[in-house]
Amino acid sequence: MAAKRMAIIATKGTLDMAYPPFILASTAAALGYEVQVFFTFYGLQLLRKDLSSVMISPLANPAMPMPVPMPVMVQMLPGMESMATMMMKQKLKKHGVASLQELRDLCLEAEVKLIACQMTVDLFEFDKSEFIDNIEYVGAATFLGFAGDTDICLFV
Amino acid sequence: MNFDKELNARGMSCPLPILKTKKALADMATGQVLKMISTDSGSIKDMQAFADQTGNTLLSTVEENKEYVFYMQKK
Repeated sequence: MAAKRMAIIATKGTLDMAYPPFILASTAAALGYEVQVFFTFYGLQLLRKDLSSVMISPLANPAMPMPVPMPVMVQMLPGMESMATMMMKQKLKKHGVASLQELRDLCLEAEVKLIACQMTVDLFEFDKSEFIDNIEYVGAATFLGFAGDTDICLFV
Repeated sequence: MNFDKELNARGMSCPLPILKTKKALADMATGQVLKMISTDSGSIKDMQAFADQTGNTLLSTVEENKEYVFYMQKK
């Protein structure tokens, strides 16, 4: 029987939205799936060598559980994003959730194919040297060539 | 129960126990048994799902003092 296949389109570059693609990709690979993740628009931030700029903001994120209710006027103050990111990272660590870096490394180790959208790289004038080395740069048509023949295809 | 290798996944959350199990099994021979200890209650269903989808055999699942002990036989 041929291996099952999964394709994920990762379009968000915040800490909270970075987890689902990496968790699902690494787990599917562990289950024997052939997996490709296509990073486009803000998702491309997740392919940077340095992931420290991946943050979470409580602003316009009303579903985010907060220790104390926080008015929007307070959420917009300088430093709130860094603080929320630090607190979220502490929480993830305390509960034994892997760091993004660790999950991404596990994906690469399990031969999950990480693909960057070439158009986004050009659009935002990104420097490819800022991204990890073992990725491919392709367009939508190339990715759809794989995605069109998968068992699971997700847009995150 | 006899086992050939032990994996300590205490304190790890989903999906780490499964990913570490997969890695541990990769270095083992067919028929060998892995003992995995987890504190993640989600592992109970996930380890069964992992076994069902990969063809490895989950020989037993024991819950003891909020720890879950799994014996998985490699395919």
